[in-house]
Amino acid sequence: MNGNSACAEAAVLAGCTCYFGYPITPQNELGEYMARRLCDVEGAVFIQSESEIAAINMVLGASVAGARAMTSSSSPGISLKQEGISYLAADELPGVIVNMSRGGPGMGNISPAQSDYLQATRGGGHGDYRTIVLAPSSVQEIADLMPVAFDLADEYRNPVVVLGDGMLGQMMEPVSFDAIGPPKEFVKDYILTGAEGRPSRMVRSLLFDVKEEEEHNWKLFRKFQRMEQNEVRFETELGDDAEMIVVAYGTAARIARGAIKRLRQENLKVGLIRPITLWPFPKKAILEAARKVSEFFVFEMNAGQMLEDVLLSLEGQGHVHFYGRPGGVIPTPVELYRIISRHYHQSLKGKKG
Amino acid sequence: MKKVYSRPRLLKEAHFHYCPGCGHSIVTRLIAEVVDEMEMAGKAICVAPAGCGMLVYNYFDFDTLESAHGRGAAVATGIKRVRPQNLVFSYQGDGDLAAIGTAESFHAANRGELISIIFVNNGVYGMTGGQMAPTTLLDQVTTTSPLGRTSVKEGHPVRMCEVLAVLPGTSYLERVAVNKPSAILRAKKAIAKAFEHQLKGTGFSMVEILSPCPTNWKMGTIDACRWIDEVMTKEFPLGVVKEAAC
Repeated sequence: MNGNSACAEAAVLAGCTCYFGYPITPQNELGEYMARRLCDVEGAVFIQSESEIAAINMVLGASVAGARAMTSSSSPGISLKQEGISYLAADELPGVIVNMSRGGPGMGNISPAQSDYLQATRGGGHGDYRTIVLAPSSVQEIADLMPVAFDLADEYRNPVVVLGDGMLGQMMEPVSFDAIGPPKEFVKDYILTGAEGRPSRMVRSLLFDVKEEEEHNWKLFRKFQRMEQNEVRFETELGDDAEMIVVAYGTAARIARGAIKRLRQENLKVGLIRPITLWPFPKKAILEAARKVSEFFVFEMNAGQMLEDVLLSLEGQGHVHFYGRPGGVIPTPVELYRIISRHYHQSLKGKKG
Repeated sequence: MKKVYSRPRLLKEAHFHYCPGCGHSIVTRLIAEVVDEMEMAGKAICVAPAGCGMLVYNYFDFDTLESAHGRGAAVATGIKRVRPQNLVFSYQGDGDLAAIGTAESFHAANRGELISIIFVNNGVYGMTGGQMAPTTLLDQVTTTSPLGRTSVKEGHPVRMCEVLAVLPGTSYLERVAVNKPSAILRAKKAIAKAFEHQLKGTGFSMVEILSPCPTNWKMGTIDACRWIDEVMTKEFPLGVVKEAAC
Protein backbone atom coordinates (compact mmCIF):
# COMPACT_ATOMS: atom_id res chain seq x y z
CA MET A 1 0.00 0.00 0.00
CA ASN A 2 1.29 3.52 -0.67
CA GLY A 3 1.84 5.90 2.22
CA ASN A 4 -0.95 8.26 1.22
CA SER A 5 -3.55 5.49 1.16
CA ALA A 6 -2.25 3.98 4.39
CA CYS A 7 -2.51 7.40 6.01
CA ALA A 8 -6.15 7.68 4.94
CA GLU A 9 -7.06 4.15 6.06
CA ALA A 10 -5.39 4.62 9.45
CA ALA A 11 -7.21 7.93 9.90
CA VAL A 12 -10.58 6.31 9.23
CA LEU A 13 -9.79 3.46 11.64
CA ALA A 14 -8.80 6.12 14.20
CA GLY A 15 -12.29 7.58 13.98
CA CYS A 16 -11.81 10.32 11.42
CA THR A 17 -15.24 10.89 9.88
CA CYS A 18 -14.58 14.14 8.05
CA TYR A 19 -12.06 14.77 5.30
CA PHE A 20 -11.74 18.05 3.41
CA GLY A 21 -9.05 18.57 0.80
CA TYR A 22 -7.93 20.04 -2.46
CA PRO A 23 -5.88 18.11 -5.03
CA ILE A 24 -2.12 18.60 -5.01
CA THR A 25 0.73 16.28 -5.90
CA PRO A 26 2.33 14.25 -4.30
CA GLN A 27 -0.55 13.45 -1.91
CA ASN A 28 -3.53 12.97 -4.25
CA GLU A 29 -3.96 9.29 -3.34
CA LEU A 30 -4.90 10.39 0.16
CA GLY A 31 -7.94 12.39 -0.90
CA GLU A 32 -8.89 9.83 -3.53
CA TYR A 33 -8.76 7.02 -0.96
CA MET A 34 -10.91 9.06 1.42
CA ALA A 35 -13.46 9.78 -1.32
CA ARG A 36 -14.03 6.04 -1.75
CA ARG A 37 -13.50 4.92 1.82
CA LEU A 38 -15.75 7.42 3.58
CA CYS A 39 -18.69 6.26 1.45
CA ASP A 40 -18.70 3.15 3.66
CA VAL A 41 -18.76 5.07 6.94
CA GLU A 42 -22.17 6.17 8.15
CA GLY A 43 -22.51 9.90 8.62
CA ALA A 44 -19.03 10.54 7.25
CA VAL A 45 -18.24 13.65 5.22
CA PHE A 46 -15.93 14.00 2.24
CA ILE A 47 -15.71 17.32 0.44
CA GLN A 48 -13.29 18.23 -2.31
CA SER A 49 -13.17 21.87 -1.39
CA GLU A 50 -12.75 24.89 -3.63
CA SER A 51 -9.41 25.76 -2.02
CA GLU A 52 -6.98 24.78 0.71
CA ILE A 53 -8.29 27.72 2.71
CA ALA A 54 -11.84 26.43 2.47
CA ALA A 55 -10.68 22.91 3.39
CA ILE A 56 -9.01 23.92 6.65
CA ASN A 57 -12.00 26.09 7.56
CA MET A 58 -14.32 23.15 6.93
CA VAL A 59 -12.07 21.16 9.29
CA LEU A 60 -12.60 23.92 11.84
CA GLY A 61 -16.37 23.77 11.37
CA ALA A 62 -16.49 19.96 11.63
CA SER A 63 -14.20 20.07 14.65
CA VAL A 64 -16.31 22.62 16.52
CA ALA A 65 -19.31 20.43 15.73
CA GLY A 66 -17.55 17.56 17.52
CA ALA A 67 -16.21 15.35 14.70
CA ARG A 68 -12.71 14.01 14.16
CA ALA A 69 -11.69 15.95 11.07
CA MET A 70 -8.60 16.20 8.91
CA THR A 71 -7.17 17.73 5.79
CA SER A 72 -4.06 16.95 3.80
CA SER A 73 -1.92 18.74 1.28
CA SER A 74 1.64 19.39 0.19
CA SER A 75 3.88 22.39 0.79
CA PRO A 76 2.25 25.20 -1.28
CA GLY A 77 -1.19 24.09 -0.09
CA ILE A 78 -0.04 23.94 3.51
CA SER A 79 0.97 27.60 3.28
CA LEU A 80 -2.64 28.42 2.42
CA LYS A 81 -3.93 26.39 5.37
CA GLN A 82 -1.89 28.33 7.92
CA GLU A 83 -4.69 30.85 8.49
CA GLY A 84 -7.04 28.10 9.62
CA ILE A 85 -4.38 26.29 11.65
CA SER A 86 -3.78 29.50 13.60
CA TYR A 87 -7.54 29.78 14.28
CA LEU A 88 -7.74 26.11 15.37
CA ALA A 89 -4.92 26.75 17.86
CA ALA A 90 -6.47 30.00 19.06
CA ASP A 91 -9.96 28.48 19.42
CA GLU A 92 -8.45 25.38 21.07
CA LEU A 93 -9.98 23.03 18.55
CA PRO A 94 -8.53 19.66 17.50
CA GLY A 95 -7.70 18.88 13.90
CA VAL A 96 -5.15 16.83 11.98
CA ILE A 97 -3.20 18.27 9.04
CA VAL A 98 -1.06 15.99 6.88
CA ASN A 99 1.73 17.57 4.83
CA MET A 100 3.41 15.34 2.25
CA SER A 101 5.96 18.00 1.54
CA ARG A 102 7.84 18.71 -1.65
CA GLY A 103 10.61 20.88 -3.04
CA GLY A 104 10.14 24.63 -2.65
CA PRO A 105 9.89 27.58 -2.16
CA GLY A 106 7.18 28.84 -4.47
CA MET A 107 5.80 26.21 -6.80
CA GLY A 108 9.02 24.25 -6.37
CA ASN A 109 8.53 20.75 -7.69
CA ILE A 110 6.75 17.55 -6.75
CA SER A 111 9.82 15.69 -5.58
CA PRO A 112 10.23 14.76 -1.90
CA ALA A 113 11.82 17.38 0.34
CA GLN A 114 11.87 18.40 3.98
CA SER A 115 11.50 22.04 3.13
CA ASP A 116 8.69 22.80 5.57
CA TYR A 117 10.40 21.88 8.86
CA LEU A 118 10.60 25.39 10.24
CA GLN A 119 7.09 26.30 9.10
CA ALA A 120 5.68 23.21 10.81
CA THR A 121 7.64 23.45 14.05
CA ARG A 122 7.20 27.19 14.64
CA GLY A 123 3.43 27.24 14.48
CA GLY A 124 3.30 28.11 10.80
CA GLY A 125 0.60 30.74 10.82
CA HIS A 126 0.32 34.08 12.59
CA GLY A 127 0.39 34.42 16.34
CA ASP A 128 2.12 32.83 19.28
CA TYR A 129 1.33 29.12 19.08
CA ARG A 130 2.77 25.69 18.34
CA THR A 131 1.47 22.46 16.89
CA ILE A 132 2.66 18.97 17.68
CA VAL A 133 4.51 17.72 14.59
CA LEU A 134 4.77 13.97 14.00
CA ALA A 135 7.33 12.76 11.46
CA PRO A 136 6.88 9.15 10.33
CA SER A 137 9.66 7.44 8.42
CA SER A 138 7.83 4.47 6.89
CA VAL A 139 4.41 3.58 5.60
CA GLN A 140 3.86 1.45 8.71
CA GLU A 141 4.79 4.34 10.93
CA ILE A 142 2.33 6.61 9.10
CA ALA A 143 -0.36 4.08 9.96
CA ASP A 144 0.85 3.87 13.56
CA LEU A 145 1.02 7.63 14.06
CA MET A 146 -2.36 8.64 12.63
CA PRO A 147 -4.34 7.43 15.70
CA VAL A 148 -1.72 9.13 17.89
CA ALA A 149 -2.23 12.35 15.93
CA PHE A 150 -6.00 12.30 16.47
CA ASP A 151 -5.65 11.41 20.17
CA LEU A 152 -3.13 14.17 20.80
CA ALA A 153 -5.31 16.67 18.93
CA ASP A 154 -8.28 15.75 21.12
CA GLU A 155 -6.30 15.54 24.33
CA TYR A 156 -4.73 18.97 24.00
CA ARG A 157 -7.45 20.53 21.85
CA ASN A 158 -4.84 21.71 19.39
CA PRO A 159 -4.04 21.07 15.73
CA VAL A 160 -1.53 18.27 15.08
CA VAL A 161 0.62 18.16 11.95
CA VAL A 162 1.80 14.91 10.39
CA LEU A 163 4.86 15.86 8.36
CA GLY A 164 5.83 13.38 5.67
CA ASP A 165 7.18 14.00 2.21
CA GLY A 166 6.46 12.95 -1.34
CA MET A 167 8.55 9.82 -0.92
CA LEU A 168 6.60 8.57 2.10
CA GLY A 169 3.34 9.39 0.37
CA GLN A 170 4.17 7.58 -2.85
CA MET A 171 6.21 4.68 -1.50
CA MET A 172 4.61 1.21 -1.50
CA GLU A 173 5.32 -0.94 1.56
CA PRO A 174 3.56 -3.70 3.45
CA VAL A 175 1.45 -2.24 6.24
CA SER A 176 -0.69 -3.64 9.03
CA PHE A 177 -3.55 -1.82 10.70
CA ASP A 178 -4.09 -4.49 13.34
CA ALA A 179 -2.63 -2.38 16.13
CA ILE A 180 -5.27 0.33 15.72
CA GLY A 181 -7.88 -0.12 18.42
CA PRO A 182 -11.29 1.52 18.63
CA PRO A 183 -11.02 5.34 18.76
CA LYS A 184 -10.54 6.81 22.25
CA GLU A 185 -13.46 8.75 23.65
CA PHE A 186 -12.90 12.31 24.80
CA VAL A 187 -15.26 14.51 26.77
CA LYS A 188 -16.09 17.41 24.49
CA ASP A 189 -17.81 20.01 26.60
CA TYR A 190 -16.80 22.84 24.31
CA ILE A 191 -18.43 21.81 21.03
CA LEU A 192 -21.40 23.49 19.40
CA THR A 193 -24.44 21.27 19.15
CA GLY A 194 -27.21 23.82 19.66
CA ALA A 195 -27.93 25.06 23.18
CA GLU A 196 -30.72 22.54 23.86
CA GLY A 197 -30.89 21.93 27.62
CA ARG A 198 -27.70 23.85 28.47
CA PRO A 199 -26.41 27.45 28.45
CA SER A 200 -25.33 28.74 25.05
CA ARG A 201 -21.66 28.47 24.09
CA MET A 202 -19.38 30.67 22.06
CA VAL A 203 -16.10 29.74 20.44
CA ARG A 204 -13.92 32.69 19.47
CA SER A 205 -10.42 34.02 19.42
CA LEU A 206 -11.11 37.75 19.30
CA LEU A 207 -10.14 39.23 22.65
CA PHE A 208 -10.11 43.02 22.47
CA ASP A 209 -9.04 43.31 26.08
CA VAL A 210 -5.25 42.93 26.01
CA LYS A 211 -5.25 41.49 29.53
CA GLU A 212 -7.67 38.77 28.42
CA GLU A 213 -5.63 38.12 25.26
CA GLU A 214 -2.43 37.91 27.28
CA GLU A 215 -4.04 35.48 29.70
CA HIS A 216 -5.27 33.40 26.77
CA ASN A 217 -1.74 33.36 25.34
CA TRP A 218 -0.28 32.24 28.67
CA LYS A 219 -2.94 29.55 28.91
CA LEU A 220 -1.94 28.26 25.48
CA PHE A 221 1.74 28.56 26.45
CA ARG A 222 1.19 26.38 29.54
CA LYS A 223 -0.48 23.82 27.30
CA PHE A 224 2.52 23.87 24.95
CA GLN A 225 4.77 23.39 27.99
CA ARG A 226 2.75 20.30 28.95
CA MET A 227 3.25 18.98 25.42
CA GLU A 228 6.99 19.60 25.72
CA GLN A 229 7.06 17.67 28.99
CA ASN A 230 4.92 14.74 27.92
CA GLU A 231 4.93 14.24 24.20
CA VAL A 232 8.55 14.08 23.06
CA ARG A 233 9.03 11.03 20.88
CA PHE A 234 12.24 9.83 19.28
CA GLU A 235 14.17 6.70 18.46
CA THR A 236 17.85 5.96 19.11
CA GLU A 237 19.74 3.33 17.15
CA LEU A 238 23.21 1.95 17.89
CA GLY A 239 23.83 4.84 20.22
CA ASP A 240 25.74 3.01 22.99
CA ASP A 241 29.23 2.94 21.55
CA ALA A 242 28.76 5.70 19.01
CA GLU A 243 31.42 8.32 18.45
CA MET A 244 29.34 10.23 15.98
CA ILE A 245 25.56 10.59 16.06
CA VAL A 246 23.52 11.29 12.96
CA VAL A 247 20.35 13.28 13.61
CA ALA A 248 17.78 12.80 10.87
CA TYR A 249 14.01 12.36 10.60
CA GLY A 250 11.48 10.91 8.17
CA THR A 251 12.80 9.85 4.78
CA ALA A 252 16.22 11.32 5.61
CA ALA A 253 16.44 8.99 8.63
CA ARG A 254 15.88 5.99 6.37
CA ILE A 255 18.63 7.08 4.04
CA ALA A 256 20.82 7.69 7.10
CA ARG A 257 20.09 4.19 8.38
CA GLY A 258 21.34 2.74 5.09
CA ALA A 259 24.47 4.86 5.29
CA ILE A 260 25.09 3.91 8.93
CA LYS A 261 24.81 0.20 8.05
CA ARG A 262 27.71 0.62 5.62
CA LEU A 263 29.70 2.74 8.09
CA ARG A 264 29.25 0.07 10.76
CA GLN A 265 30.49 -2.58 8.35
CA GLU A 266 33.72 -0.60 8.27
CA ASN A 267 33.66 -0.41 12.05
CA LEU A 268 32.95 3.31 12.12
CA LYS A 269 30.99 3.89 15.31
CA VAL A 270 28.07 5.95 14.10
CA GLY A 271 24.65 6.08 15.77
CA LEU A 272 21.30 7.64 14.93
CA ILE A 273 18.85 9.80 16.82
CA ARG A 274 15.61 10.02 14.91
CA PRO A 275 13.15 12.63 16.19
CA ILE A 276 9.58 11.37 15.75
CA THR A 277 8.08 14.54 17.19
CA LEU A 278 9.78 17.47 15.48
CA TRP A 279 7.91 19.69 17.90
CA PRO A 280 8.31 19.11 20.78
CA PHE A 281 11.90 18.40 19.76
CA PRO A 282 13.93 15.76 21.66
CA LYS A 283 16.26 18.38 23.11
CA LYS A 284 17.16 16.44 26.23
CA ALA A 285 18.07 13.28 24.33
CA ILE A 286 20.47 15.23 22.15
CA LEU A 287 21.98 17.16 25.05
CA GLU A 288 22.41 13.94 27.03
CA ALA A 289 24.06 12.26 24.07
CA ALA A 290 26.58 15.11 24.06
CA ARG A 291 27.92 13.84 27.41
CA LYS A 292 29.48 10.86 25.64
CA VAL A 293 29.66 11.95 22.03
CA SER A 294 31.16 15.10 20.62
CA GLU A 295 30.35 14.70 16.93
CA PHE A 296 26.81 15.28 15.65
CA PHE A 297 25.94 14.95 12.00
CA VAL A 298 22.65 16.54 10.90
CA PHE A 299 21.25 15.30 7.64
CA GLU A 300 18.17 16.85 6.07
CA MET A 301 16.54 17.13 2.67
CA ASN A 302 16.69 20.91 2.89
CA ALA A 303 19.41 23.51 3.33
CA GLY A 304 19.50 23.25 7.13
CA GLN A 305 16.34 23.73 9.17
CA MET A 306 16.31 21.09 11.95
CA LEU A 307 19.97 21.99 12.19
CA GLU A 308 18.86 25.04 14.20
CA ASP A 309 17.08 22.84 16.74
CA VAL A 310 20.07 20.53 17.09
CA LEU A 311 22.36 23.52 17.69
CA LEU A 312 19.89 24.94 20.25
CA SER A 313 19.60 21.56 21.98
CA LEU A 314 23.37 21.17 22.30
CA GLU A 315 23.70 24.50 24.10
CA GLY A 316 27.10 25.09 22.54
CA GLN A 317 28.43 21.61 23.27
CA GLY A 318 29.70 19.16 20.70
CA HIS A 319 30.65 19.73 17.12
CA VAL A 320 27.88 19.80 14.53
CA HIS A 321 28.34 18.64 10.95
CA PHE A 322 25.69 19.18 8.33
CA TYR A 323 24.76 17.72 5.00
CA GLY A 324 21.61 18.90 3.27
CA ARG A 325 20.09 18.48 -0.17
CA PRO A 326 17.25 20.91 -0.87
CA GLY A 327 15.05 21.16 -3.93
CA GLY A 328 13.66 17.65 -4.03
CA VAL A 329 16.97 15.80 -4.44
CA ILE A 330 16.98 12.42 -2.71
CA PRO A 331 20.55 11.45 -1.84
CA THR A 332 21.41 7.74 -1.85
CA PRO A 333 22.66 5.92 1.24
CA VAL A 334 26.00 5.44 -0.56
CA GLU A 335 26.35 9.16 -1.17
CA LEU A 336 25.55 9.91 2.46
CA TYR A 337 27.88 7.12 3.62
CA ARG A 338 30.77 8.78 1.74
CA ILE A 339 30.03 12.20 3.22
CA ILE A 340 29.64 10.94 6.80
CA SER A 341 32.73 8.77 6.45
CA ARG A 342 34.80 11.77 5.37
CA HIS A 343 33.54 13.91 8.27
CA TYR A 344 34.07 11.02 10.68
CA HIS A 345 37.69 10.52 9.68
CA GLN A 346 38.47 14.23 9.66
CA SER A 347 36.99 14.81 13.12
CA LEU A 348 38.00 11.66 14.90
CA LYS A 349 41.39 11.05 13.29
CA GLY A 350 43.23 12.50 16.27
CA LYS A 351 41.34 10.35 18.76
CA LYS A 352 41.83 7.24 16.67
CA GLY A 353 45.59 7.84 16.74
CA MET B 1 -50.56 48.89 31.12
CA LYS B 2 -50.18 46.36 28.33
CA LYS B 3 -46.65 45.36 27.40
CA VAL B 4 -46.39 45.45 23.61
CA TYR B 5 -42.69 44.94 23.08
CA SER B 6 -39.60 43.84 24.98
CA ARG B 7 -36.03 42.77 24.41
CA PRO B 8 -36.06 39.52 22.42
CA ARG B 9 -35.61 36.50 24.67
CA LEU B 10 -32.57 35.33 22.69
CA LEU B 11 -30.62 38.56 23.04
CA LYS B 12 -28.34 38.55 26.06
CA GLU B 13 -28.39 41.54 28.36
CA ALA B 14 -25.50 43.35 26.72
CA HIS B 15 -24.96 46.77 25.21
CA PHE B 16 -24.66 46.76 21.43
CA HIS B 17 -21.32 48.06 20.23
CA TYR B 18 -22.85 49.32 16.98
CA CYS B 19 -22.64 53.00 16.03
CA PRO B 20 -25.80 55.15 16.31
CA GLY B 21 -28.11 54.52 13.37
CA CYS B 22 -26.31 51.34 12.27
CA GLY B 23 -28.49 48.71 10.63
CA HIS B 24 -26.63 45.80 12.23
CA SER B 25 -28.49 46.31 15.50
CA ILE B 26 -31.79 45.79 13.71
CA VAL B 27 -30.53 42.73 11.85
CA THR B 28 -29.16 41.23 15.07
CA ARG B 29 -32.52 41.74 16.76
CA LEU B 30 -34.49 40.31 13.83
CA ILE B 31 -32.41 37.13 13.79
CA ALA B 32 -32.92 36.66 17.55
CA GLU B 33 -36.67 37.09 17.09
CA VAL B 34 -36.89 34.72 14.13
CA VAL B 35 -34.85 31.97 15.81
CA ASP B 36 -37.07 32.28 18.88
CA GLU B 37 -40.33 32.33 16.93
CA MET B 38 -39.24 29.26 14.94
CA GLU B 39 -38.43 27.58 18.28
CA MET B 40 -34.89 26.89 17.09
CA ALA B 41 -32.97 28.34 20.06
CA GLY B 42 -31.76 24.88 21.02
CA LYS B 43 -30.72 24.04 17.47
CA ALA B 44 -29.27 27.27 16.10
CA ILE B 45 -25.54 27.66 15.46
CA CYS B 46 -24.37 31.05 14.19
CA VAL B 47 -21.04 31.63 12.46
CA ALA B 48 -19.95 35.19 13.16
CA PRO B 49 -17.71 37.09 10.75
CA ALA B 50 -14.78 39.44 10.96
CA GLY B 51 -16.17 42.93 10.51
CA CYS B 52 -18.84 45.02 12.20
CA GLY B 53 -20.99 41.97 12.81
CA MET B 54 -18.27 39.99 14.56
CA LEU B 55 -19.50 40.62 18.07
CA VAL B 56 -22.93 39.10 17.47
CA TYR B 57 -21.79 36.24 19.67
CA ASN B 58 -21.90 38.68 22.57
CA TYR B 59 -25.60 39.19 21.88
CA PHE B 60 -27.12 35.92 20.67
CA ASP B 61 -28.08 33.55 23.45
CA PHE B 62 -27.53 30.44 21.33
CA ASP B 63 -24.39 28.65 20.11
CA THR B 64 -22.00 30.85 18.15
CA LEU B 65 -18.57 30.58 16.60
CA GLU B 66 -16.29 33.25 15.21
CA SER B 67 -14.89 32.56 11.76
CA ALA B 68 -11.87 34.01 10.01
CA HIS B 69 -12.60 36.84 7.58
CA GLY B 70 -14.46 35.47 4.57
CA ARG B 71 -14.57 31.84 5.67
CA GLY B 72 -18.08 31.80 7.11
CA ALA B 73 -19.59 29.61 4.40
CA ALA B 74 -16.78 27.04 4.65
CA VAL B 75 -16.99 26.86 8.44
CA ALA B 76 -20.78 26.65 8.31
CA THR B 77 -20.44 23.85 5.74
CA GLY B 78 -18.25 21.85 8.14
CA ILE B 79 -20.72 22.31 11.00
CA LYS B 80 -23.84 21.57 8.97
CA ARG B 81 -22.42 18.41 7.37
CA VAL B 82 -21.63 17.03 10.83
CA ARG B 83 -24.89 18.25 12.37
CA PRO B 84 -27.57 18.21 9.65
CA GLN B 85 -30.36 18.60 12.24
CA ASN B 86 -29.12 22.00 13.37
CA LEU B 87 -30.04 25.42 11.99
CA VAL B 88 -26.65 26.70 10.76
CA PHE B 89 -26.21 30.20 9.42
CA SER B 90 -23.40 32.65 8.92
CA TYR B 91 -23.64 36.39 9.44
CA GLN B 92 -21.45 38.23 6.97
CA GLY B 93 -20.73 41.69 5.62
CA ASP B 94 -20.05 42.75 2.04
CA GLY B 95 -16.24 42.59 2.19
CA ASP B 96 -16.44 39.28 4.02
CA LEU B 97 -18.91 37.65 1.62
CA ALA B 98 -18.15 39.27 -1.73
CA ALA B 99 -14.41 40.04 -1.61
CA ILE B 100 -12.17 37.91 0.59
CA GLY B 101 -14.78 35.15 0.94
CA THR B 102 -16.18 35.06 -2.60
CA ALA B 103 -14.83 31.58 -3.31
CA GLU B 104 -16.23 30.12 -0.10
CA SER B 105 -19.65 31.76 -0.60
CA PHE B 106 -19.91 30.87 -4.28
CA HIS B 107 -18.92 27.23 -3.85
CA ALA B 108 -21.05 26.63 -0.75
CA ALA B 109 -23.97 27.98 -2.80
CA ASN B 110 -22.99 25.86 -5.79
CA ARG B 111 -22.87 22.71 -3.68
CA GLY B 112 -26.32 23.64 -2.43
CA GLU B 113 -25.12 23.50 1.16
CA LEU B 114 -28.07 23.56 3.53
CA ILE B 115 -26.88 26.69 5.26
CA SER B 116 -28.20 30.25 5.27
CA ILE B 117 -26.21 33.43 4.96
CA ILE B 118 -27.42 36.67 6.46
CA PHE B 119 -25.54 39.14 4.29
CA VAL B 120 -25.41 42.70 5.55
CA ASN B 121 -24.64 45.04 2.64
CA ASN B 122 -23.78 48.58 3.69
CA GLY B 123 -21.44 49.28 0.79
CA VAL B 124 -18.32 49.90 2.89
CA TYR B 125 -15.84 48.18 5.16
CA GLY B 126 -17.33 49.53 8.36
CA MET B 127 -15.13 48.19 11.12
CA THR B 128 -11.86 49.22 9.49
CA GLY B 129 -13.06 52.76 8.91
CA GLY B 130 -15.04 53.01 5.70
CA GLN B 131 -12.89 51.69 2.88
CA MET B 132 -14.33 50.74 -0.53
CA ALA B 133 -16.22 47.44 -0.57
CA PRO B 134 -17.14 45.24 -3.54
CA THR B 135 -20.66 46.66 -3.14
CA THR B 136 -19.63 50.33 -3.02
CA LEU B 137 -21.67 52.26 -5.60
CA LEU B 138 -20.12 54.01 -8.61
CA ASP B 139 -19.09 57.58 -7.69
CA GLN B 140 -19.41 56.76 -3.99
CA VAL B 141 -16.62 58.33 -1.98
CA THR B 142 -14.85 56.13 0.56
CA THR B 143 -11.47 56.41 2.27
CA THR B 144 -9.88 54.27 -0.45
CA SER B 145 -11.88 55.71 -3.34
CA PRO B 146 -11.48 59.37 -2.37
CA LEU B 147 -12.56 60.65 -5.78
CA GLY B 148 -15.47 58.22 -5.99
CA ARG B 149 -15.52 54.65 -7.29
CA THR B 150 -15.06 54.36 -11.04
CA SER B 151 -15.92 51.33 -13.14
CA VAL B 152 -12.66 51.69 -15.05
CA LYS B 153 -10.38 51.55 -12.02
CA GLU B 154 -12.40 49.66 -9.41
CA GLY B 155 -15.04 47.76 -11.35
CA HIS B 156 -18.77 47.74 -10.80
CA PRO B 157 -20.58 46.97 -7.55
CA VAL B 158 -21.20 43.24 -7.17
CA ARG B 159 -24.79 42.04 -6.95
CA MET B 160 -24.32 38.84 -4.99
CA CYS B 161 -27.96 37.67 -5.04
CA GLU B 162 -27.97 37.85 -8.84
CA VAL B 163 -24.55 36.19 -9.07
CA LEU B 164 -25.65 33.26 -6.93
CA ALA B 165 -29.06 32.99 -8.58
CA VAL B 166 -27.58 31.31 -11.65
CA LEU B 167 -26.38 28.39 -9.51
CA PRO B 168 -28.81 25.46 -9.35
CA GLY B 169 -27.75 24.82 -5.72
CA THR B 170 -29.42 28.00 -4.45
CA SER B 171 -33.05 27.84 -3.42
CA TYR B 172 -33.87 31.18 -1.80
CA LEU B 173 -32.26 34.56 -2.42
CA GLU B 174 -33.88 37.83 -1.45
CA ARG B 175 -32.68 41.40 -1.09
CA VAL B 176 -34.32 43.45 1.65
CA ALA B 177 -33.49 46.58 3.65
CA VAL B 178 -33.74 47.77 7.23
CA ASN B 179 -34.19 51.50 6.67
CA LYS B 180 -37.88 51.83 7.59
CA PRO B 181 -40.52 49.86 9.52
CA SER B 182 -42.19 48.29 6.48
CA ALA B 183 -38.82 47.18 5.11
CA ILE B 184 -37.80 45.77 8.49
CA LEU B 185 -40.96 43.64 8.63
CA ARG B 186 -40.17 42.37 5.14
CA ALA B 187 -36.57 41.63 6.19
CA LYS B 188 -37.77 39.59 9.13
CA LYS B 189 -40.02 37.51 6.90
CA ALA B 190 -37.13 36.94 4.49
CA ILE B 191 -34.86 35.67 7.26
CA ALA B 192 -37.57 33.27 8.39
CA LYS B 193 -38.06 32.12 4.82
CA ALA B 194 -34.34 31.48 4.35
CA PHE B 195 -34.23 29.37 7.51
CA GLU B 196 -37.32 27.50 6.36
CA HIS B 197 -35.61 26.61 3.07
CA GLN B 198 -32.62 25.31 5.01
CA LEU B 199 -34.71 23.23 7.39
CA LYS B 200 -36.76 21.75 4.57
CA GLY B 201 -33.56 20.91 2.72
CA THR B 202 -34.34 22.67 -0.54
CA GLY B 203 -30.93 24.28 -0.90
CA PHE B 204 -28.68 27.17 -0.10
CA SER B 205 -30.38 30.35 1.08
CA MET B 206 -29.24 33.93 1.52
CA VAL B 207 -30.84 37.19 2.55
CA GLU B 208 -29.01 40.32 1.46
CA ILE B 209 -29.86 43.22 3.72
CA LEU B 210 -29.21 46.82 2.66
CA SER B 211 -28.21 48.44 5.88
CA PRO B 212 -27.42 52.05 6.80
CA CYS B 213 -23.90 53.00 7.93
CA PRO B 214 -24.27 56.68 8.87
CA THR B 215 -20.79 56.84 10.40
CA ASN B 216 -18.88 55.82 7.29
CA TRP B 217 -21.36 57.31 4.83
CA LYS B 218 -20.86 60.59 6.72
CA MET B 219 -24.62 61.17 6.86
CA GLY B 220 -27.23 61.72 9.50
CA THR B 221 -29.22 58.64 10.43
CA ILE B 222 -32.38 59.81 8.66
CA ASP B 223 -30.45 60.81 5.53
CA ALA B 224 -28.75 57.41 5.52
CA CYS B 225 -32.11 55.63 5.62
CA ARG B 226 -33.41 57.86 2.84
CA TRP B 227 -30.22 57.26 0.77
CA ILE B 228 -30.95 53.53 0.74
CA ASP B 229 -34.33 54.18 -0.90
CA GLU B 230 -33.22 56.93 -3.22
CA VAL B 231 -29.79 55.73 -4.35
CA MET B 232 -28.75 52.30 -3.11
CA THR B 233 -31.85 50.41 -4.25
CA LYS B 234 -31.31 51.68 -7.80
CA GLU B 235 -28.17 49.51 -7.95
CA PHE B 236 -29.48 46.84 -5.58
CA PRO B 237 -33.20 46.42 -6.30
CA LEU B 238 -35.21 44.94 -3.44
CA GLY B 239 -37.22 41.77 -3.78
CA VAL B 240 -37.03 38.03 -4.17
CA VAL B 241 -34.28 37.21 -6.65
CA LYS B 242 -34.84 33.48 -6.56
CA GLU B 243 -37.27 31.20 -4.79
CA ALA B 244 -37.47 27.48 -5.41
CA ALA B 245 -40.50 25.46 -4.40
CA CYS B 246 -40.19 24.72 -0.70
